[in-house]
Amino acid sequence: MLQTEQQRLKEDIGRWVERYGAQRSSLIPVLQEVQAKYTEISEYAMQEVADHLGIHPVEVYSVVTFYSFLGEEHRGKFVIRLCRTISCDMAGKERIASQLENDLGIRFGETTRDGKFTLQWANCIGMCDQGPALLVNDNVFTGVTSEKVHDILQLCRKSFGPLAVHGNRHEEARR
Amino acid sequence: MSATRKGLVTFAAIDHAAALATALAKSRGEIIAEVTASKLKGRGGAGFPTGVKWNLAAAARGDAKYVICNADEGEPGTFKDRVILSEVPDLVFAGMTIGGVAIGAPRGIVYLRGEYAYLRAQLEAVLARRRAAKLLGPSVMGTAVSFDIEIRMGSGAYVCGEETALIESLEGQRGEPRNRPPFPVDTGLQGQPTIVNNVETFACVAAIFARGAAWFASIGTEKSTGPKLFSISGDCARPGVYEFPMGITVADLLKEVGGEDAKAVQIGGASGRCVPASEFARTISYEDISTGGSVIVFGPQRDMLAVAKNFMEFFVEESCGQCTPCREGNAKLLEGIEMLEEGRCSAAYLDELLTLGEVMQNASKCGLGQSSPNAFLSIVAHYRDELMGRSHGRAR
Repeated sequence: MLQTEQQRLKEDIGRWVERYGAQRSSLIPVLQEVQAKYTEISEYAMQEVADHLGIHPVEVYSVVTFYSFLGEEHRGKFVIRLCRTISCDMAGKERIASQLENDLGIRFGETTRDGKFTLQWANCIGMCDQGPALLVNDNVFTGVTSEKVHDILQLCRKSFGPLAVHGNRHEEARR
Repeated sequence: MSATRKGLVTFAAIDHAAALATALAKSRGEIIAEVTASKLKGRGGAGFPTGVKWNLAAAARGDAKYVICNADEGEPGTFKDRVILSEVPDLVFAGMTIGGVAIGAPRGIVYLRGEYAYLRAQLEAVLARRRAAKLLGPSVMGTAVSFDIEIRMGSGAYVCGEETALIESLEGQRGEPRNRPPFPVDTGLQGQPTIVNNVETFACVAAIFARGAAWFASIGTEKSTGPKLFSISGDCARPGVYEFPMGITVADLLKEVGGEDAKAVQIGGASGRCVPASEFARTISYEDISTGGSVIVFGPQRDMLAVAKNFMEFFVEESCGQCTPCREGNAKLLEGIEMLEEGRCSAAYLDELLTLGEVMQNASKCGLGQSSPNAFLSIVAHYRDELMGRSHGRAR
């Protein structure tokens, strides 16, 4: 990690601890912030959070490894979680799974080499009457078809890199 | 019954502000007496009488009691709480406020599952609106009552729907259930008396104060009062959230949702039970088949072994790993299902697995482990012949 990025992480954690309070019950909210912004909770981050809350870093590690939405490993900018539980399974989640793997060129549990997409399974996401369903970060997509997979991925791709579409530029163009 | 059973029929018409005003005009004892008189039971599935829970927490001594709304709706096939929080969040917040008055708690926390993070912004907006309207804050509706609500997010762990695991999580720990007793009503969040109720339970409380305990108790059966929301999914023509009085038969429910040709239904989610067509005359109520509202319909073409496997995979993944019967037992049952799939499970070994399932029901520490073998046991009980003797493409 670059010194500057480490410094930024350190400052962020200090800010989040201040916001939630320097007590044990703030641990998960702080870790959720780290996860959302950095898409991973590094050893450095765990040590830093532990120092702020006055607990052993292993305590932080044990929490990070318990919750499926928190993790040490680097996850993509977009974490796609396809529901694999019974109703979505019966609604045809297998085909969606294959299409996601084909379009991204990775298997479940992996991250694309450009670090943009991570593919994971989710257990019941509460969209059982509208399956197959998946989450892309915090957003939910229901009634997903193999064809719709492509649209969902394009929607993600349009928010970064050469395909990026920025709302403001469109606004300007219209004026 | 007509198509009007679909959606939040009763809740949509409840005036949350009137409910809160009615409750605030009552003493703590009167509020608890009203909830007790309604015979409301916990809507998360366990069915503990809400009035009793509140009374225990009200009587317990503590410096700072808590009201927790369990919005960690993770049971497979359940989504009614998502719909309640999307459409009538004010009822839930009003119910929590009434709970705060009843037990003398100044703070409420909504533990919202991480998978529902997209609901958070709109819920925060509702809370802000309630503060501005003096429905929350230091002087609720101009009374001496002080109550506020914050939202805390889960992080993708099914077990956190268990109330003591939820509290552990709020305290910044791994979501591992505690031994009970002591129960949260005595020793809950930060060791303080705490009530943990389901989203729908709080909405029911608001409905009770808007319409009266007698109205609530007049719906349903003797022991299962009030309207109940059901999350219906699977092989039926019209899935979605429905409201039925408790005591409805499985057959009537299936007729309403267009699933008459069902081979079986799973009632109560992965931790519930599989009910075969021969038992569709049974009723859904606390007296007969108890549920938090999850109904998954299996059509005639479904392979019940595949269903059992999906449920067991779920539990192997979601067991917190703390106690041995659950951690090892679920993995062993899944292995047994794979043996059945491959057609190399003897009848004697299948019986061993059933015994193991009973041990798990008796010896697991929390509700997750105790109920995790239910689906497998009930599927074997009713579809033993279908599960056994598979050849799985093996040459003779």
